[in-house]
Amino acid sequence: MKEDHTEEIRFVSAIGAVGGGIHEESLDEAMAQEPHFIAADAGTTDAGPYSLGSGLSAFPREMIKQDLALMLRAGKRAGVPVLVGSAGTAGGDAHVDWTLDIAREVAKENDLSIRTAVIHSEQDKSYLKQLLRENRIRPLDPAPPVDARTIDRSIRVVGMMGVEPLQRALEGGADFVLAGRCSDSALFAALPILRGFPEGLAWHAGKISECGTMAAETMGKGVLFGTVRRDHFVIRPIGPGLKCTPQSVAAHSLYENADPYLHQESSGTLDLSKSTYEKVDDISVRIAGSAFIPRETYSVKLEGAELVGYQSLIVGGIRDRFVIKHLDSWLAGVRERIEAGVTKTFAKTLSKNEYHLTFHIYGRDGVMGGMEPDHTTIPKEIGLVLEATAPTQEIATTIALLSRQPLLHNPVAEWKGAVTTFACLHNPAHIDRGPVYRFNFHHVALPHNKEEMFRMKFVNLGNPVYETSATH
Amino acid sequence: MKLVQLTNLIRSKNAGPFSLTFDIMFPDEQSYIRVKRSGVLSAASFAELYRCRPETVRFFECDNALAFKFSIPRPIFQGDLGDGDLHGGQQFMPLLDIEIP
Repeated sequence: MKEDHTEEIRFVSAIGAVGGGIHEESLDEAMAQEPHFIAADAGTTDAGPYSLGSGLSAFPREMIKQDLALMLRAGKRAGVPVLVGSAGTAGGDAHVDWTLDIAREVAKENDLSIRTAVIHSEQDKSYLKQLLRENRIRPLDPAPPVDARTIDRSIRVVGMMGVEPLQRALEGGADFVLAGRCSDSALFAALPILRGFPEGLAWHAGKISECGTMAAETMGKGVLFGTVRRDHFVIRPIGPGLKCTPQSVAAHSLYENADPYLHQESSGTLDLSKSTYEKVDDISVRIAGSAFIPRETYSVKLEGAELVGYQSLIVGGIRDRFVIKHLDSWLAGVRERIEAGVTKTFAKTLSKNEYHLTFHIYGRDGVMGGMEPDHTTIPKEIGLVLEATAPTQEIATTIALLSRQPLLHNPVAEWKGAVTTFACLHNPAHIDRGPVYRFNFHHVALPHNKEEMFRMKFVNLGNPVYETSATH
Repeated sequence: MKLVQLTNLIRSKNAGPFSLTFDIMFPDEQSYIRVKRSGVLSAASFAELYRCRPETVRFFECDNALAFKFSIPRPIFQGDLGDGDLHGGQQFMPLLDIEIP
């Protein structure tokens, strides 16, 4: 690792997610303090598998463009690099290229010339199969089962890069690093580590900063400013009324993490069990003691999505206290009648395991499902969502059409004569939802070297136009 | 006293698509210590409340954050068929009424 005599590395975390709307005044104020780089992550799995499956962003294009413009203008003005990771929510090739197009527009409209390192992290299926054969794909806990068929079924699999590809981009003189799926913390850790600052402090600074102002006591408009030194780092929010306290910063490492102390990265484990948090002034916190334990085997987290099927919904409600009293047996009757209808309609062309009927029962356990502990409260009213999932939209729609009558007219013992047991919300009663996806990997790949999973090229946005493939 | 009366935040959230995590946070050291010393929060008590196997529950006492954390595998992976809470944010209510002596 290179050593130099820089006393500190300063950075701005412009926002927790590109497209969320960067607060311009706060960014300007942060830029006045001469940061060495600006970074923001653009992705998350928290939005669900749809983005990875569909190739689309969970944030609107116009908002992403505004945020990119603010960062790229600020970066160019100050002559410091801008790093954006997990482009387009899921960080697949389609997401990266879509974001690159937006950045190209920004460069043109703002008359900027931006030397851009584009790093793709989508994984080739035959390469993944090779890794699988070589026992180089290992499950995390808990993980869905994975075999060669899982790889075939996947629409898209991405590998989560660590600091190494970002560092190559920075060494190559990039003004803008646009990365596919990327560890959020790595965006902030890459430069400090490259300059020889302690890895534990660099990664921890990244871990805190990647959610923007979320590490503040109350989240709000603004940016987060980090200063990494040899034996500690300081986190300070910039924005109206924002304030970090030792507790708010310590507590942030709990957020969305299963383990509050140990965080896995490609090159090792960030260990926060000995971290100390100390008040600097009313709004800033000094952190020390964070350790990084390098791992012998370099590992890259995989994320994949596959098509579950196509879906149609029926949304409605039940107010009849007798139906609610017998809800489970009544729904079993509805299911039976729908299944009989499906069998009659599709005969032998659709077997029972090729489609799914899922009931979500709001008012009872719609939110918590099997984890709901309260089974004694009898609701006044039930909200019901029926999901029909099938191999094609046409079949899913047909099943939804076949479901309306059973929902409307399934009898209940207390009433004699014709009854209408379900209040449809819509006309037509069903809503076609299109494709639905699931995450199908919770695994790490153990590549043969640190480079082979990530492909980098340099392009110039604005003038002059050029494109070169970087050699590894 | 109920747990909710001593805390300033009880929340749940996805920790990636395959795990759920629960945070219980306190405004002051006194309240945190009171709950910690009571011994009421444990992997076993959480497992009973959430109908999961105790060996799948990870429990953390985070002194510097004045917080407790539980993490479990998601019973249904995020967004898969049957999942009713994509972000895992509405799973914490059973914790509120835990009785603290």
